[in-house]
Amino acid sequence: MPRTNLTLIQLEEKANKIREDIVSMLLAAGSGHSAGSLGLADIFTALYFNIMNLKPDEPEWPDRDVLFLSNGHCVPVQYASMAEAGYFEVSELQTLRKYGSRLQGHPERERLPGLENTSGPLGCGLSQAAAYAYDLEYIDKQPHRFVYVVMGDGELDEGNIWEAAMFAGKYKLGHLIGFIDRNNIQIDGSTEDVMPLEDLKAKWEAFGWHVLEIDGNNIESIINAASEARAITNRPTVAIAHTIPGKGVDFMEYDYKWHGVAPNSDQAKLALEKLRTLDGKITHEGAGV
Amino acid sequence: MSYPLNPDVLKDDVMREPIRAGFGRGLKAAGQANDQIVALCADLTESVQMHLFREAFPERFIEVGIAEQNLVTLGAGFARAGKIPFVSSYAAFSPGRNWEQIRTTVALNNQPVKIIGSHAGVSVGPDGATHQMLEDIALMRVLPNMIVVAPGDSLEAEKATKAMAENGKPVYMRLAREKTPIFSTPEAPFEIGKAYVLREGHDVALLGTGTMTYQLLVAADLLSKEGIEAEVVHVPTVKPLDAETILASVKKTGRVVTAEEAQAAGGFGSAVAELLGERLPVPIKRIGMLDRFGESGEPDQLIDVFNMTGAKMMATIKQFIDTMPRYHQD
Repeated sequence: MPRTNLTLIQLEEKANKIREDIVSMLLAAGSGHSAGSLGLADIFTALYFNIMNLKPDEPEWPDRDVLFLSNGHCVPVQYASMAEAGYFEVSELQTLRKYGSRLQGHPERERLPGLENTSGPLGCGLSQAAAYAYDLEYIDKQPHRFVYVVMGDGELDEGNIWEAAMFAGKYKLGHLIGFIDRNNIQIDGSTEDVMPLEDLKAKWEAFGWHVLEIDGNNIESIINAASEARAITNRPTVAIAHTIPGKGVDFMEYDYKWHGVAPNSDQAKLALEKLRTLDGKITHEGAGV
Repeated sequence: MSYPLNPDVLKDDVMREPIRAGFGRGLKAAGQANDQIVALCADLTESVQMHLFREAFPERFIEVGIAEQNLVTLGAGFARAGKIPFVSSYAAFSPGRNWEQIRTTVALNNQPVKIIGSHAGVSVGPDGATHQMLEDIALMRVLPNMIVVAPGDSLEAEKATKAMAENGKPVYMRLAREKTPIFSTPEAPFEIGKAYVLREGHDVALLGTGTMTYQLLVAADLLSKEGIEAEVVHVPTVKPLDAETILASVKKTGRVVTAEEAQAAGGFGSAVAELLGERLPVPIKRIGMLDRFGESGEPDQLIDVFNMTGAKMMATIKQFIDTMPRYHQD
């Protein structure tokens, strides 16, 4: 059962709203990571509004599915998704990265109910998710719950990821479901120039994982991937989700220079116009800033 | 109430046991008392004495392989799932190799992961400098939220293990490989954050942690034969320091010597120097490894070479007392 009854069209609209939130909060913050956050909006929309079993008004609900964000710099998309899902007011997004905010530049679990982990330094999320999945499988034995983890592709350079991948493969952690944001960029350039990851599918398969390759900007394919992953109970699943960095804002798309940069006010205005009109395809009475 | 010392502590045939053995017993006992405890090990299960837990609770023991970064981040994940994870390896590797993971996923994340670093200090012996972890106290005590414990013998390690299992906080505990003389007794107190006066004296305060406390008792006995009465304070919790007990002894003696089987820079001696520098400046002498690595050798030989036996420390302390004035309060 999906968590909400939003239709596919409504989910796409929600993803677009989350992208608007991201642009607006990064503008207010004056710094932050634009490209990855925008590129992940469809995956996070699918997770928070369809795939995951959770209660925004009861973040520690014992029967919830859990989500570990491994590439913590993309947390604006998680904050925006949580706000849209009802964990807190959307207006609080404007406090991102500001002194005293619960929305730290990189996520801190104790600051904000609903976060499962503290992250930022890369490569640490998969292990934590794997441990949680191990607990569900072998110790607490709660087969109705699932553990999701979102990783960047650049962070697959980290050895810790492969230690965890080996662990999850050994213990056949069927309740562990990973999404890799395969957007092909990292700070110094394209992933294949900086440190080649391919053949990425073969690598994960060799570690004992069920591997899917999906369009990470297509909500239907994300939901289908999660369904398939949940049905496979004898090993962990990872979806290599091909995404467009900066998705939805044409001047940010595919450009690695937008990895760690926030838009200025002119750029944000332009970005919001594009998002609110779906790049000019629709006219929207709220278009423009 | 005076501390109930082992009456045989100064005899040649004092009972000896590796400190890590006490951890093994304590972990099994803690696992019996609380079914939320899990144990993770990085391919050194018997060596770090986790096999007792593994045999008793195989479903709660997780073999991680030689992967210390994964070891501690798995610990953080188990803690999120409501477990109390003990993660163990040699101190040289954990926290030696995985410090940033500890910083982010345990300390900042504030999860009650119990990081057990075995085979700390030069008394590891023949394995040499690579395996003789000396920097762990310094590395761990700078982390907010982290508690740092260095038990003085196996009986205390057992008590410390049970105590940290129930305190709900991140903890680092360092253990030694070699047989260490047992100076405490089953009825001796142990509480995280407390220091204990083992021997009263008024000429100098000798503060020891881990394996060095026994050597200080030996040194104090030798000093006594020369007419110097030292107060020996055992400080098994390096962080948070028991300021009250330490300050009381230092106020009484006006001079202080610290001893640790670790780098004195940044370690226990530094922690004491920071406390005294701010609260009660007195002459201080730090005994430990002085900005150098260890090397291969027999454990007792290395303790002697690096001037950390009771007899060697007695000479160091005597010279310190002869050359440094006592600081008088009031």
